[in-house]
Amino acid sequence: MATWKKLIVPIAIIPVLLLLAYGFKTNPREVPSPLIGQPAPPFAMHFFDGGTTSLGELHGKPVVVNFWASWCFPACFEEAPALEAAWQAYRERGVMVIGVDIQDREADAKAFIERFKLSFPNGPDLQGKITIDYGVYGVPETFFIGKDGKIHYKHVGALDRKVLRAKIEEML
Amino acid sequence: MISTLGRFSLALALGIALYGALVSILGAQRRRPALVESGRGAVFAVFGLVTFAVLLMEAALVGRDFSIQYVARNGSLGTPLLYTVIALWGALEGSILLWIWILALMSLLAVQIEGKRHREMIPYATAVLLCISAFFLFLAAFPANPFKSIFPPPIDGRGPNPLLQNHPLMAIHPPCLYAGYVGWSIPYAFAMAALITGRLGDEWIRTVRRWSIMAWGFLTMGIILGGWWSYAVLGWGGYWAWDPVENASLLPWLTGTAFLHTVMIQERRKMLKVWNLALIITTFSLTIFGTFLTRSGILSSVHAFSESTIGPMFLAFIALILFSSFWLLVKRSDGLKAEGDLDSLISRESAFLMNNLLLLGFAFAVFLGTLFPLLSEAVRGVKVSVGEPFFNKVNVPIGLVLIFLMGIGPLIAWRRASLESLRRTFTVPLLLAFLGSGVASFVGVRGLYPLLAFALAVFAAVTVLQEFARGTLTRRRITGEGYLTALSNLTRRSRRRYGGLIVHLGVVLVVIGITASTIFKLEKEVTLERGESVHLGRYQVRFDELTARQEPQRFVVEGTFSVFNAARKVAEMRPSKRFYSSEQQPIGSVHVRSTPREDLYLILSSFTRDGASATLKVLIRPLVMWIWLGGAVMALGALVAIWPDRRVLAAEPLKERVAWQPGRS
Repeated sequence: MATWKKLIVPIAIIPVLLLLAYGFKTNPREVPSPLIGQPAPPFAMHFFDGGTTSLGELHGKPVVVNFWASWCFPACFEEAPALEAAWQAYRERGVMVIGVDIQDREADAKAFIERFKLSFPNGPDLQGKITIDYGVYGVPETFFIGKDGKIHYKHVGALDRKVLRAKIEEML
Repeated sequence: MISTLGRFSLALALGIALYGALVSILGAQRRRPALVESGRGAVFAVFGLVTFAVLLMEAALVGRDFSIQYVARNGSLGTPLLYTVIALWGALEGSILLWIWILALMSLLAVQIEGKRHREMIPYATAVLLCISAFFLFLAAFPANPFKSIFPPPIDGRGPNPLLQNHPLMAIHPPCLYAGYVGWSIPYAFAMAALITGRLGDEWIRTVRRWSIMAWGFLTMGIILGGWWSYAVLGWGGYWAWDPVENASLLPWLTGTAFLHTVMIQERRKMLKVWNLALIITTFSLTIFGTFLTRSGILSSVHAFSESTIGPMFLAFIALILFSSFWLLVKRSDGLKAEGDLDSLISRESAFLMNNLLLLGFAFAVFLGTLFPLLSEAVRGVKVSVGEPFFNKVNVPIGLVLIFLMGIGPLIAWRRASLESLRRTFTVPLLLAFLGSGVASFVGVRGLYPLLAFALAVFAAVTVLQEFARGTLTRRRITGEGYLTALSNLTRRSRRRYGGLIVHLGVVLVVIGITASTIFKLEKEVTLERGESVHLGRYQVRFDELTARQEPQRFVVEGTFSVFNAARKVAEMRPSKRFYSSEQQPIGSVHVRSTPREDLYLILSSFTRDGASATLKVLIRPLVMWIWLGGAVMALGALVAIWPDRRVLAAEPLKERVAWQPGRS
């Protein structure tokens, strides 16, 4: 067999294998949000503890909006302590963390907050309006809104402390 | 207890598989029959241990032993028995266990059935099969161990994925598909044995043809049943979505189909030897690639199991298979010179070659389309998705030419066909094909491709029927047998040929079903108050009532709809929505009323809480049943082709002793 014929096989195979190997580095479920770089959709909400807020009031502050639910195990359970830690670490520096509880029962949600001793404001999205405005596909999803009121980053799935810290630092 | 026994038997099986592979090779090289025999024993031992592991897992599932992580995740107290048993293949770890079991069973059968006839090749084939088993056993023993335990055990398990406990087809679709994938290991093992021993004559080809038809038959059934499951469960009214994992099952089917055809050229004309080996290697690699795609999480798909760490190991395994096999092939290529030549463009050889090029072109397009999102992200950093339009645009024309060749191939003469014989064979089919497209256009088929599809389907069907008719009549004239006896004897005398023709008939049915259900589909979505009805096609569908009930594992809201055809009530249909506690979204359960002429497909989209109104999606899909029927006919054809024939079995060893003369390879 001629030399060039012998080379055909590796020439054909190696790129495919490299491509598949590259596939491990990517996340097929990650779809870039068209909201990134756009002004964050305004919302107002009532918290479980009785307080209220709206995005307008928070203008000029970096805001972390986390969509979660009490039935979302294990992802929401994993990230809840990380969110609380970030809130504790950055509240002094003007960063706001808000939890939006979606498709949930109030009692379950309150038990969840109690369980993880969450002290940042959490409230339900009763009409599902915030969920729709932010194009939330599943829980958990987290939006990082910069001081300019534009969406800086969107995270799908459980957040860990490292990513949280890095993204908040970027916004400060 | 179960956990320990399960882990132990899998680890032991892994050790024995490695040992068996080693002694088989040593035994063959040093001509030590005792070692070879020991390798054969390893195949039996692996089968025994894996069977034991499967039984343990079933015992844990049925006994609801939630201390096993797999059971806690895929079983629950409320899950019915059938779905508890088949939860074995509902998730990654269990499905690998089932995979290994099928592989162990087939290895056992192959070693047992072929062992007496191929003393030279069998040790190497055994070693290859055991190596494949060892890879999967390694996965099952370490990264994807199904027997991992949890402490403390939960009181109730999460239950299988609701989509997997919604339809009994789930009981047969995965095992068939796996048998179709795994089955290609055996032709591959014999091809490797032929390459290693240098016995590159007809011997391995004769051995593998029956196994490859079997694997092909299972793969065909697996694919068709998968389409049927998707149609009956997913509630979108379709059966094929060019999803990466569907594509992955189609790829080995395409290359395997190519192999089944060119292998005939090699038998008859001693040509295409390298080509056939390459096809076997490719087909086998694609079966592993298919498993890889489902389990690595590199592409997004409805079928994908949750992401796991075994992806890189699969990739390394695929690389190993490809490089070692093709290296062997290149090394042996001098012994694989064609002994015949292509005589004429108008011959069966060239029809088959053409069919091969098209099948491979088809496969390449599917492969490219499947991996294109990844390629685009790697090269341009842009995420894209490749959908139906691409696949249809490229593959429909290729498919149409293939159907045309399917009509030509089996009937055209070897070497060189005379014009006279062409005229005699194809005049009637061609005329009827024109007539068929005329009829199709009369009933409302428009457009080049649909008309061609019907015309070519008629053409291919008529060639097959004509062949059966002529053969039967000739036989009847010579022997004086009755029509049916003549037909059955004709088939029995030449099972592979007539089995193949039956398969072609099945393909025709599938093509007609796909074409008709695609171009004549109707659908409508309406909100109905109780007592109101909607018209679609010939049907009137009336919303009667909405009921709710609690079942052990789920809460069901069911609509009752009366279906009228020309003012006569023909059916009462009950599509429902099922609420599982583990899922945030309800799972829709469609109701399909199938007739040979058309399917009426009802989906309950939503409803008001008081049950006063319901939103219903009504679909009509003509001739869908023909697709499933075609699949059954294809499987039947494959069965006819491989059905053991006592006469041939008895004669074969004799022939082979002659073929094994020294100096001939």
